[in-house]
This record gives sequence, structure tokens and C-alpha cells, in this order.
Amino acid sequence: MSTASASQRRQSPGGSRDRRAELTLGALAVGVLALIALMVVTVFTKAWPSFAHNGLDWFGSGGDADVQLKAMVQNTPLPGHSIYYFRAWPLIWGTLLTTGLAVLIGLVFSTFAAVFIVEFAPDALRRVLDPVVRLLAAVPSVVYGLIGILAIAPWVEHHLISQQRKHSVQEIVQLTGANLGLATLILTVMITPIMVAITSRSLAAVPRSWTEGSAALGVNRWRTTWRVSLRTARPAIIAGAVLATARALGEAIMLSMVSGSRGFAANPLDGGTFLFEPVRPLAATIIDYIDGLSVVPLAQTLYAMAAVLLVSSALLSLAGWAAKQPLKKYGIRA
Amino acid sequence: MATAPVAAGLKPPAKPRSKPRDSFSSWPWTDRIAYGLCWAAGLALCAIAAWIVLYMAIKGISYLKPSLLVQSPVGSPNQSGSGGFLDPIEGTFLVTAIGIAVAAPLGVAVAVWLSEYARPAGLARAVESGVETIAGTPSVVLAIFGLLVFSKSFLAFLSQTSAGGAVFGRSFLTAGLIMSLLAIPLIVGSTREALAQVPAHVREASYALGKTKATTIRRVLLPSVRPSIASGITLGMGRIIGDTAIVVILLGASLRIEGAGGAPVLSLLRGTGSTLTSYVKENSPAGEGNAPQKAYAAAFVLLVIVIALNAIVVRLSGGQDHAGGPR
Amino acid sequence: MTPLTPPPARRILVDGEPTLIDPPVRGTMEPPSLSANARNGRGRAPAERVTERMRIESVSLAYGEKWVVRDVSLPVRQGEVLALIGASGSGKTTLLRSLNRLTEITTGASRAGRVTLDGEEIEQIEVNDLRRRVSMVFQQPNPFPMSIFENVAYALREEHAARRDRQRRGRRGRRELEPAVIDAVRRAGLYDEVADDLDRPALRLSGGQQQRLCIARALAAGPEVLLLDEPCSALDPISTATIEELIVGLRERVAIVIVTHNLQQAMRVADHVAFMHLGELVEYGTSEQVFERPAMERTREYISGAFG
Repeated sequence: MSTASASQRRQSPGGSRDRRAELTLGALAVGVLALIALMVVTVFTKAWPSFAHNGLDWFGSGGDADVQLKAMVQNTPLPGHSIYYFRAWPLIWGTLLTTGLAVLIGLVFSTFAAVFIVEFAPDALRRVLDPVVRLLAAVPSVVYGLIGILAIAPWVEHHLISQQRKHSVQEIVQLTGANLGLATLILTVMITPIMVAITSRSLAAVPRSWTEGSAALGVNRWRTTWRVSLRTARPAIIAGAVLATARALGEAIMLSMVSGSRGFAANPLDGGTFLFEPVRPLAATIIDYIDGLSVVPLAQTLYAMAAVLLVSSALLSLAGWAAKQPLKKYGIRA
Repeated sequence: MATAPVAAGLKPPAKPRSKPRDSFSSWPWTDRIAYGLCWAAGLALCAIAAWIVLYMAIKGISYLKPSLLVQSPVGSPNQSGSGGFLDPIEGTFLVTAIGIAVAAPLGVAVAVWLSEYARPAGLARAVESGVETIAGTPSVVLAIFGLLVFSKSFLAFLSQTSAGGAVFGRSFLTAGLIMSLLAIPLIVGSTREALAQVPAHVREASYALGKTKATTIRRVLLPSVRPSIASGITLGMGRIIGDTAIVVILLGASLRIEGAGGAPVLSLLRGTGSTLTSYVKENSPAGEGNAPQKAYAAAFVLLVIVIALNAIVVRLSGGQDHAGGPR
Repeated sequence: MTPLTPPPARRILVDGEPTLIDPPVRGTMEPPSLSANARNGRGRAPAERVTERMRIESVSLAYGEKWVVRDVSLPVRQGEVLALIGASGSGKTTLLRSLNRLTEITTGASRAGRVTLDGEEIEQIEVNDLRRRVSMVFQQPNPFPMSIFENVAYALREEHAARRDRQRRGRRGRRELEPAVIDAVRRAGLYDEVADDLDRPALRLSGGQQQRLCIARALAAGPEVLLLDEPCSALDPISTATIEELIVGLRERVAIVIVTHNLQQAMRVADHVAFMHLGELVEYGTSEQVFERPAMERTREYISGAFG
């Protein structure tokens, strides 16, 4: 290969074409970043007035959130407050409850299910479980909501909530089949498949030398799974939990259909009634009040809620990333 | 001491021993409970899936008449009388088409850049996190963002403008554009994973023949990862079809497709309408229309479409793992 | 046939603790004195006491329809090292794995014959209990993704958890386990190198160190028999020499069975040798007998390198 043709190649049109391609593609990729930046800026800018008028109390409690929102729609400020007055705590609490409970229960449920799929299931059952998990993940949230509100809620109301219970809280709130319990249940079913898929994939990838070595030391299959495989799969479990939490946080439609649609802060101290109280998570609230978007104060309050959701999901990703770091030194890679 | 080889007439045991099982009875009781819980969880998953499918099938089939699929909804809030959901079906199709038309080239482009160029490294990591951020953002927030952006006057061409000069910001176009954000991470993930699996010598062979990087990508790499791109696109479609929040916020609330007036195609794109998902919501007790039967029927159609798409993805990826999807 | 001249081998000290030689110092290797062959092994005194631990009686193993091991009978004794040698596919690894019932993990495996441990048939012993008494070290070092301490303590913790010993309820704390862990690490000849930090991740050790860690882990629960499946095949010569010395030093307290395809290694460490070919036991005898005066033609051929 003579040097002449080599230098020719370097200056060949391909060179500048490559450069152009790289720049174009790079620009598109950076466009993605620009989009996110734009999203953050826009949402926060529009949300600012709501935060400005309420300060940190925005996150606090003080009255019925629904009443406050309706006041904005009707343009009749509540006595003694500005039209922007808003206390989001019942909604935030509703979000924390549904998301937290669903992820907690889902984590336990999905871990056992994943272990079953990888370790203990007979072959025939394992072949069935693969499409089952895929199916559950694919069902649209509106279908989950429909089944919830049309099939389960009436049953719950009829069989699980006694008249007595209803009377006990009648002054404050109406107990129906659409409540915290149902919302948490369906949300758990929605997010479990994600965690099952990720965890089982990671469990199956644990090197055989480790599981065989553990068996050769006289450790039974469950203990081997618990002490070696699950430990190795921990980054994946965390990743799955983060993804599931993000999904739960952002779930709007299903929750708006089955959670009771009242901005009520369910009280755990109510005992059994706690599960039957209605809640209204943040994302569902946005959906429910979207028709009132032409009213400026309401719109800005909704944007404020969107901003809170945005920050939460960003923090979640960060937390997930941070949780995986300490495990790297033992040789456990996600 | 030496042993002479045994005569070759020895036969294997008549029946191979059954599948080994740990001597379960000697497991500590805590381990036995755990074992039981594993079984319970696995069976519960199957039971839940079976129940959902059976229930929706029963309800859906009993309420689904072929006429529903070809009739448009009647214009009244009370849907329980007559009228079908042709318009919502068309709406679903339209929104998905727009979404994928935008997401596919964009997603593949970003995936190619991340996989083949990725310079400078810090920028690449940022873009990677960016895609993940979009994937993690709730669709409600994406919809709100879309509303804010598309309500600006310079983007008025994407939707209608009401008499008072306020840009409506809601149309098939705007909904479709935001829907593409749902599909992009899935397409990027699938494509990247597939590109990473193409062995280095394939690229090297192409360069050795004097091809530029751009040509290599276009003529060699992309064709070879076509199945993964297709599976990513199908996953994206499933996600778009199943989404309701963006539709509710960005498609306007008309049951039937309402054009924006003007040129035919553009009128449609700038118009409003509904999709199967918003139709189901509207007809459920949570919405205005009071027609649970129609809701069941539409939901059944929706479920069938989504399951079919998923089956296609499995077929495309040969049953192997792919980014973003369950096993 | 002229007796083989083995490659220069280190004279291995048997009495007392295994000596750890600092790797850089290893320069001189002395050839063994062949005249010392009157005793067992290559220039080595036999162990003080030799007791039979396991007895393999007419064992045949099959995977599905295919025979892998046919009618093998061997004794396994504490106080000596038994080497299983043979070409690939001779069934030696399968035979080894059947001793702690590890073959049961593969579906379709079946067995005929009897293996007893201290008189008890191993089929009758609870499988995890059996594996604690008959430990195995594998070809590739496989330390768990935990610290050195946790690796060695692993078997100890599990042994405790599985025991129904009511008196020892509650998890054993680190302080309780520490002596046993340190003892095992010492016996594996690893202590000097890792004493400063037992909480280091095990995967950061070198290959030879990892394998010694696996040996320590296998020794921690006090097994009666130690099975080694080509433990040095993935290691460099210096680590190999260290481990071989270790093996010989351990034989007093633990019965050792080692599978190796490396004839020289077998010559160095074994007291008794069993040569297998295509699943059958061709010859069994003391190391000196088999290597210097093989009775069977096949053995002669293998040792001279006619096949392998």
C-alpha cells in the first residue's frame, strides 16, 4: 500500500461525509438533551406562580384539596385566601401511600415469583410463566382501571365494607369500592411484571460455578438462592424497583378510575377503615382537573403538580444509580 | 491390584432415577415456608393473568358486535344507545402512526450515534441519561409539557386556534409528537443492544474495503439489526396504543374525529378526536358516557391488539431478551 | 520399557505443617531420589495412620442411555491421597462428582452400585449433610462475590443454620466464627497473605489465592473427605506447586481424592493411583507400582504418552 493512496483515502469524500453524518446524528442526540432541558424549564416556569403564592406550605396540609381546586375553577377564592391557595398534602400523601405500598408488596411478591421461575418451577410451568409475565406487563392501564371499577369495586363495596363502617366516617367521607386498598392492589399487579422480568433475568445469569459451588458445600437450594443468587442479583432488583416506582408514580389513568377521587388524606390510625378510604394521587389529580385548564390559577397549580412529579422521578433515577455503586466492589455488576 | 475391564454386556439401569430433589423434609422450617411462598407467588401470577384474560374475554365477546367496529360514535354524551367506536379505532391508528413516524428515525439515529460515534464521552453519557430520563418521566408530565409547548403561537400550525386567538394546542399531531417520546427510549434500547452484539470484525471488514463509516452503518449495520429495530418499534407501538393520559390531555375531548378545516390531510392531523383508550375511559363510570358494555367491548379490542403486538415482538426477537421488555 | 524420568520435581516435606515458599525465592528444584522408592509415593513417608473413609463398590454411572463409568470399585482412605488419572472422557470427573452426589443435579443421571461413607450408604445420608462431610473444590476457582471472611464463613454459617441443634440457636456472630475461619485459612496456606485484611473482596485475589480460598472454604466445615477436580489446571506453575504441597499436608486429617489429567502432578502428590479409561477402572495401585511397574498394557501406554 503506497503512501500516496493512503493519503488519498484520508482526504477522500468519505471523510467529510463521515464528519457530516457524525454531526447530524450527534445533533439529533443532543436534541434529546435539549428537549429535556426545555421540558424542565417550561414546566417549572409555568408552575412557579403556584409555588410563589403558597411557599413551602404548598406541600403542607390545610383544608380539602378538592375544595381548593374547585374554588379556583369557579374563580371564587376561599375566604381569607388568594385564589392560588392550595395545600397539596392529601394528594402527596395519597401518592406516597399508593406508590409506597404497591412497590413494597410488589418487591416481595416479584422476588418470590422470580425465584420460583428460575429455581423451583417445573419446566412446563416455567414455559407458561414467561408469556404470563409478558401479558401482565402489556395490559394497558385503562383496562386495569376498567376491571377495577366495574368488576372489583362493586364487590368490595358490597362484601367488604359494612354499613357500620360507612356510618362511622359518614361525616367526613364516603366509603366506596374505589379506595386506597383497591388502588394499591391493582397498582401492585401492574408493576410486579416489570420487577419479575428484571429479577428473573438477573437470577438466571448468576454463574453456575457459584450455585454449584454452594450446592457442593451442602447448602440447600433455597439458602443458595438467598445467600448467593439474590445477593448477586441485587443491582438488578434495585433497578427493577426504581423502574417500578417510576411507573407507579406516573400512573394516572388507572388510579383516577379506582382510587376514589377524593383528595382525602387516608389515616392509618383508622385501622381497617384505612384501606377503604378514598385517595387521590398527584398524577390522577392532574388528569381529573385537566378540563379546567383554561382557568389560569388552576392551570398553574396543575403545572406545579407536574413539576413535583418531574423532580420525583429524577430523584428516583439518581437514588437507583447511587444504590448500585457499593456493590460493584464485590464483583457484582448490574 | 489391577481390575480387569468388565464385560461389555452390562446394561444401564432399567429406569433412570427420578429428578433429584433436595431432601426437603430436612430443610429448616423457615426454608420450607420460603419454598411455599415461591410456589404461591408463581401460581398467583398465573391465576391473576388467567382471570384477567378470561374476564375480559367473556365480557368483551358478549358485548362486542361487529357493527361496533364500523360505526362512528353518536354525538351525545350518553353512549349506551347506539353508535360504535370506529372513530376511536381510527384515532388510535392515527396517533400511533404519527408517533412511530417520528420516533423510529429519531430513535435509530440516537442509537447509532450512541453506539458508533459517542464522542465526546461526557456528552454520550449525558445523552444516555437523557434517554433514560425520558423513559422514567410519567406520561402525564410529558403531556403537560406538550400542552405548554404547543400552546405557543408559533406552533399554532400544529393545531387549531380558537376565535379568541388562543392556540388550542391539542390535535392528533401534537398528541402524536408527544407519543413519540414514549417510543423513543424503547427503540433506542433495542437498537443499541443489537448494535452492541454485532461483532467488531463485521465493521472492520467493511472499513477494510474502503467504505466510510456512514456507508457501513447504512449498508451493513442497520440491515443486520433490522429485526431488533422492528421489535423496538413494535414495543413502542404497544406502549403508545396503551397510553391514555397523553390522549386525554392532548387530543381534545371529541368522541368523533373533528377536522380542523382546510386542506384534507392537514385538517385531519390538526383535528381532534379520540382513541380506544380515551373511549374506554369515557364510557366507564369514571367518565361521562354511561355505557359499560361499550367500554368492555372497546377494552377487549384494545387488549387483543396489544397482546397481538406483544406476540409479534416475541416472534421478532426469537424469544430472546431485549431491552425494556419482559422476558 | 525404561522407567520414565519424571521432570524435576520438588521434594515435598510431609511431616509437619505445609511450608509456604515465597514465590520469588523458588529457584532450585531437586530431582527426587529414585532409590527412596521403597516407600509409598515418591520419596515420601506414608502417613501415620490410614483409615478407610469411603468405599466405592461396583459403581456404574450413566447419563441417559450412555454409560460414563462402569463397575468401578475403590477405597478412599484418610491419611493418603488417591489420584484418579486418565484421558479426557475416562469418567474420572463423573466418578468424583458421584461421591458427593453432585451428579444428581444433572437430569437424566443414574447410578448403579454402592458408595459408603464410614459404613453408611451415601444415598441414605441427607444430601446436604453428605456434602458437608464430603467437600469439593472445582477446576475453576469459584469464590463467591463476598469478602474473604464471608466466603470461608459461608459453609460455617449454613452448617449452623441447618443443624437442629437447639443449643446453638441464633446467628453466630463474627467473633464466634473468626477462630474457625482463621484456622481454615491457615490450613489452606493462605493466611500469611491475607491476614491483614480478611474483609477484602475475594474476587480481587489472584487465581492461585482464590483456589486456596476455595480449599479453605471447603475445609472450614471440617469435612471427612476432600474431593479435588483438577484444582490446578487453571493455575500457573508456582500456584500449582503451593497447592500440591498443601494437598499432601492435608491428607493426615482429611481423605483426599484428586482428579488430574497431569501425570506429573499425580506422581508428585498421590499415594494411590487409579487409572481409568473409557469409564472402566484399568489399574489401581500405589503410586510407585502404577508409575514404575504398571501391570496393564493400557496403563503403560497412557503413562508413556501414547495417548492422552
